[in-house]
Amino acid sequence: MRTTAQKLSMVAVIGAVALALTSCTSQEAEQPSAAPPSPGSTVTLVTYDSYQISDETFDSFTDETGVKVEIVRAGDGAQVVNRALLTKDTPEGDVLFGVDNNLLSRALSDDLFEAYQPEAVAELPAELTDGTDGVVTPIDTGDVCINYDRAALKKRGIDPPETLADLSKSDYRGLLVVENPATSTPGLAFLLATIAEFGTDGFQDYWKQLRDNDVLVENSWDSAYYQQFSGGSGEGDRPMVVSYATSPAAEVIFAEKPPKEAPTAAMLSSCYQQIEYAGLLQGATNPAGGRALLDFMLSQTYQSDLPLNNFVYPVVGSATVPPEFDEFAPKPSDPAELPASEVDANRETWVEQWTTVVQP
Amino acid sequence: MDNRGAAIVGKTARLLVLAVPVGFLLLFFGFPVVNLLLTAFGQDEALVQIWAALGNARVGGVLWFTLWQAVCSTLLTLAIALPGCWVMARFRFRGRGVVSALAVVAFVMPTVVVATAISTVLADNGPLGWLLPPGADRGIGAILVAHVYFNLAVVLRVVSSYWAQLDPRPGEAAAVLGASPWRVWWSVTLPRLRPAILASAAIVFLFTFTSFGIVLLLGGPGQATIEVEIQRQVLFLFNVPAGAALSVLQIIFVLFILVLQTVLSRRLAAGDGVDARLRRPSRRVDRISVVTFVFVSLLVFGGPPVSVLLRALESGGGWGIDNFTSLASQDGRTVLSVSPLTAVGNSLLYAAVATLIAVTVGGLMALAIARTKTSVWEGIWLLPLGVSAVTLGFGLLITFDEDPIAWRSSFFMVPIAQSLVAIPFVVRSLVPALRAISPHVLEAAATLGASPRRVLRHVQLPLAGRAALVAIGFSLAISLGEFGATLFVARGDRPTMPIAIYRLLGTPGETNQGQAMALAAILILLTGLFVLLTDRWRTAGERYV
Repeated sequence: MRTTAQKLSMVAVIGAVALALTSCTSQEAEQPSAAPPSPGSTVTLVTYDSYQISDETFDSFTDETGVKVEIVRAGDGAQVVNRALLTKDTPEGDVLFGVDNNLLSRALSDDLFEAYQPEAVAELPAELTDGTDGVVTPIDTGDVCINYDRAALKKRGIDPPETLADLSKSDYRGLLVVENPATSTPGLAFLLATIAEFGTDGFQDYWKQLRDNDVLVENSWDSAYYQQFSGGSGEGDRPMVVSYATSPAAEVIFAEKPPKEAPTAAMLSSCYQQIEYAGLLQGATNPAGGRALLDFMLSQTYQSDLPLNNFVYPVVGSATVPPEFDEFAPKPSDPAELPASEVDANRETWVEQWTTVVQP
Repeated sequence: MDNRGAAIVGKTARLLVLAVPVGFLLLFFGFPVVNLLLTAFGQDEALVQIWAALGNARVGGVLWFTLWQAVCSTLLTLAIALPGCWVMARFRFRGRGVVSALAVVAFVMPTVVVATAISTVLADNGPLGWLLPPGADRGIGAILVAHVYFNLAVVLRVVSSYWAQLDPRPGEAAAVLGASPWRVWWSVTLPRLRPAILASAAIVFLFTFTSFGIVLLLGGPGQATIEVEIQRQVLFLFNVPAGAALSVLQIIFVLFILVLQTVLSRRLAAGDGVDARLRRPSRRVDRISVVTFVFVSLLVFGGPPVSVLLRALESGGGWGIDNFTSLASQDGRTVLSVSPLTAVGNSLLYAAVATLIAVTVGGLMALAIARTKTSVWEGIWLLPLGVSAVTLGFGLLITFDEDPIAWRSSFFMVPIAQSLVAIPFVVRSLVPALRAISPHVLEAAATLGASPRRVLRHVQLPLAGRAALVAIGFSLAISLGEFGATLFVARGDRPTMPIAIYRLLGTPGETNQGQAMALAAILILLTGLFVLLTDRWRTAGERYV
């Protein structure tokens, strides 16, 4: 048929053009320079939606270096990393913050970052720098745990859950909201916590039970915590949510009248450790500014401002942690962890399996 | 110059005219599509991988959902639009133009805005909330309502203009012979309307099959069209090969629907050719029908946008313009890295550039198509319409990534993507007008003694000029509202209005929600303005898509 012949020949032509274009791809000459950042320039930080930092903190960076900081928020944690991978070599900023230990291998295997670590990294404990390959810098740690609304559970006359298995009991039906592990890093961390608990064979059954127990899935931590959770600053009606071990402290600090007891609490047997990293993006337009920003992110100023804005623990030991953390948000003694190699090899499969079970 | 010389010059000029649009489409459409194919088939053990990607239960579910929601949307749209078509085809009445213009505004309304509007109407605290179970603002019901809202215009336009040209006498004869009105409709009118119904159904099916923004915003868990699933695989799971495999699948389906649609539309040309004679509604039942139609249409087409405008004007329990004034500020704590007002500026600039590209490329192509009799070219030209927005954006993103064509971070990537979505509409509105300036018309004018210059000035330019204005208006509206392709290629520091609305809606907090509504209101007003301005210039013989 003439039509078919024409279309085929068009495809052939396009193919030839495509080959010609891809074959003359050149490798750009990239060389790390130790040059100081140029004052008056702007460095762009790409990060996740819920990221916060005090204006004064970046102002002090600008005072020191003359470099202004611009923040581009690109979705929830996992989306930020994927977007960066899709725009690799023509990145949307200079520094990316927010890739966590569970997604790190995806970023490293695709050469998303240009190798750079501030000198201060040498003083960090080895468990934090493991697996960074000298490419990315650990910035903070947190523990992803189930949080519950004390008052709401009391009102219903039920005890707080003690184990993950409890969550599938009928007492807790329709009470839990979680984040989608495909979009959100705390969501992924919680999925890994259930895999650590029930094994690769058992976790799907567990999630089936959670689904039958009417678990609610939100795409981002923001909407899960602020829109669906009933405790503290949440405006929803679900008394249990996947959040952080430090979230109860946040509820005390931001309460209009500081309460004696936090309105929410973390279930410490459900936690999974998260380490968040920052790195210099390959192809950054202001690499010198990016390096300076990474140095700054390990400074006393930045590290001490992190806990109250993002409710995470600083990696630098000498940084100040608000007293409320110790008082209202004890650290889990034994958070779950899976070997990094196992997470790397199975992450996508597990997320797909989760999706098949929970969102058929 | 002798005739042969003139012919050669003419031929060269024609080739040059063709070279620009063909080159543009090969580079920005053909090349990315081939790259998607290469990505899908270029992996190790490609077929095994693709089979694994497509064969898992979820993709089966996605295909099934895509298909059945499109079928339901199409049937519902037809059922709701047909009574309206009868009124539009038979009667002359006050408000006819308004209804028809409102339908067109609904048709070009940005998906993000329609999704927002439909969910405000169906929400528990919305105007219909008391009628519906809680949570009706999300899920398949909301998706169907939004799809119907969008596509009523397609059926109304295509079917009523065809119906108006049907000879009413067979129906009247049947009635005289004692057939009930129902019988007349079922055995006489409906069969004769079949070409128009099928053609419009094919268009609606295509649009709903490739639906993205509506399903992304309104869909519940597990409710994803192929388009939404491509986005999920790529942006959420970073499974580029699976995204590419799905894109290929989508392209195949869409090509099939397009071919079907072309075949069905061709039959459309063969109507009775009776001049549309609209009458005043004289009988009581006619008058009731007309009044009901106008009233329901105003409510259906006007309700959702008005409900967004009202929500935008709500502030702190009362009325006010706080949501609008807050658009200018950027306090560093919102999800947008710029003030929402900047997004308005970005959108307008992108839309202007996209329209320039679309009208240039589409216009040159329309000139070439208008000269030919075959519809092969027309079919090829519609491909970008078929290769749906997400596929297009995804293709552009993974294609223009390396030197010497590392253009994906360039300013022009967004308007190029938007123009690809607008070009088919430009071609479709220009070709009929250019065809209408057929040799017959020109000859007739010449025979009547008009000089060539007079023919150009008084016949060709006015006819083509009006169509060009329509094309410009449509391009602007489509580029302003484009979401699927822009989502992939727009950069975080340069969001467009639909992207900003989408991001704000997904973030909790009064301010964010209020700003989203205010932006949606601005987008509604701008889109409405562009379409209504150009609607005045519409020529009678035109049809959509």
